Amino acid sequence: MSAPTPATQPRMQAVRDFGRALLFLGKVISRMRFTRLQVAETLRQIYFAGVRSLVIIVTCGFFVGLVLTLQSYDALARFGAADATSTLLALSLFRELGPVLTAILFAGRAGTSITAEIGLMRATEQLDALDLMAIDPLERIIQPRLIAGMITVPALVLIFNATALLGGVVYAVFLMGTDSIVFWGNIQNTVELGRDFGHGMLKAVGFGIVASWLAVYYGWTAKPTGEGVALATTQTVIATAIVVLFLDFVLSALML
Amino acid sequence: MLESTDRAAAITLNKVTVRLGGRLVLEDLSLDIPRGKVTAVMGPSGAGKTTILRLITRQIRPETGTVRVGETQVNQLKGRELGRFRRNLGVLLQNGALFTDLTCFDNVALPLREHTDLPETLIRRLVLIKLQTVGLRGAAEMYPRELSGGMNRRIAMARAMALDPDIMLYDEPFAGLDPISLGVSLRLIREINDAQDTTSVVITHDVDEVARLADHCHIIADRQLIASGSPAELAESDHELIRQFMGGHPDGPVPFHYPAPDLAEQMLAGQAR
Repeated sequence: MSAPTPATQPRMQAVRDFGRALLFLGKVISRMRFTRLQVAETLRQIYFAGVRSLVIIVTCGFFVGLVLTLQSYDALARFGAADATSTLLALSLFRELGPVLTAILFAGRAGTSITAEIGLMRATEQLDALDLMAIDPLERIIQPRLIAGMITVPALVLIFNATALLGGVVYAVFLMGTDSIVFWGNIQNTVELGRDFGHGMLKAVGFGIVASWLAVYYGWTAKPTGEGVALATTQTVIATAIVVLFLDFVLSALML
Repeated sequence: MLESTDRAAAITLNKVTVRLGGRLVLEDLSLDIPRGKVTAVMGPSGAGKTTILRLITRQIRPETGTVRVGETQVNQLKGRELGRFRRNLGVLLQNGALFTDLTCFDNVALPLREHTDLPETLIRRLVLIKLQTVGLRGAAEMYPRELSGGMNRRIAMARAMALDPDIMLYDEPFAGLDPISLGVSLRLIREINDAQDTTSVVITHDVDEVARLADHCHIIADRQLIASGSPAELAESDHELIRQFMGGHPDGPVPFHYPAPDLAEQMLAGQAR
C-alpha cells in the first residue's frame, strides 16, 4: 500500500477523526451507569441544554413559520391554491425544517456550551481531579450531557414545530384572512401521523444523538488552552451542521 | 544512586524511565518516600517533579522500571483495581481543580457520595469536619469563584482528605500564595500528616517552605535524583547544583539563559525575528 499523499491526508484525517469519535461514543455507552446521582445530574443537564435553549427555539420557530407561510402563500395564491399553505407548512416543518433547524440551533446554543464547559474542565484539571478521585469522568461528566442532549432535541423539535405553526396561523389566519377551520382542517386531512410526523420525530432522535455526541466529543478532545477550546466550539457547530444535513438526506431517502 | 527495595517505604520508584512526547523526562530514577513522613520532591522547573506525582497516581506509566505504593505495583493497575487504589490517595492539584458549578460543601461531599453508602446526614457531618479542619466551614455554601485562590486550595485539600487516604500528594501547594495563606497551608499539611498518620509527598520548588515543613527531601535535576536527605543536610551540601538550587542563584549548572545563538550575531543578522 502506498503512503498517503498530501492531497489524501485531510481525507485520511477526517476518517481517523470519525473513527476516534465512534470509539469514544462506544466507550461512553459501555461505561453507562444509572445511579440516583447520575439521574439527578442528567435532569440538571436537561435544564441547562433544554430550558435555556427555549428562547432561541421559540423565536426562530415563530419567524420560520411566519416567513415560510408568507412565501408559500404568495406562491400558491398564483395557482389559486392558497388554502394548501397550511399543508405545505406542516409537511415542511414536520418532515424537514423542524428537526434540521432545531438540531443546528441546538448545536449553536447548547452544543457549544457543552463543548466549552468540558474543554475548560480539562484545561483547569477538573477532569484529572475526577479521575484521581476514582470517579470516571466519562460516567460523571459525559454521560449526563449525552443523554440530556438526546432527550432535549426531540422535545425542542416539538416546541419548534408548534411555534412555527403559530407563526403560520398569525400570517395566514390573522393577516391574510384564511379561515382557521380550513387552515387546521387541511393539516388534519393531509398530514399522516406516522409517515410525516413520526418520521420527522425519528430524524429528531437521530439528530439529537449526533448533536450531543459531537458536542461532548469535541469538548473531550479539546486542547487545554484558550485557543483549543475556541477551536473545539467552532468544530462542534460546523461538524454538527454538516453531519445533520448529510444524515437528513440519507434518512429522507430511506424513509420515502 | 539510590536503588531501594525498602519495604518500610510507602512509595518506591525503582529505575524508572519516562518519555513524554518523545522527550526523555526521567532516566533510570530510583527513590523512596518514607512512610508517615512529609517528603518534599524538589527541583528546577521542568525537572520532572510533577511527572513523579503522575507516576505515583498512575496517570502515566514508565517506559521501564517499577512504581510501588505499599505492596501495590502501580504500573500494572487498571480498571477497578486502579479505582480502588486511587480511593486511598488524596491529591491536591496545582490549581485546586474544584468543580466550579458545585458549592464548596458539594465539592468536598463528592467523593463521599460517589464511593460510600453513607446517609446524607452523616456525609454532612463529615464534610463539615473536613471544612472545619481547613478553617472554611463558614464558606460551605459558597462557590469556588467567590473565594480566593488560597481558600480554593484549602477546599481542595479538604476534598482530597475526604476519604481519609493513607497517602496525600500535593502538587505545588505554595505557588502564588500570600504569606498568610502560605503559613496556613504549611500548618495544614503538617497537621493532616501527623493527625491522620498519612504519608505526604509535596512537589515544590519553594526551598524556604520545605525547610520549615519537610522531614525528608529529594532533589531532581537532569532527569535524575541528585540528592536526598533532610532539609538541613541539603542546605549543608557542597554539591554545585544543590547549592545553586537551595541558594536560588540565577546561574550555575542550571543556566539562566535558554540555549540560543550568540547575541551579537543574532542582533546583527538583520533578520525580521
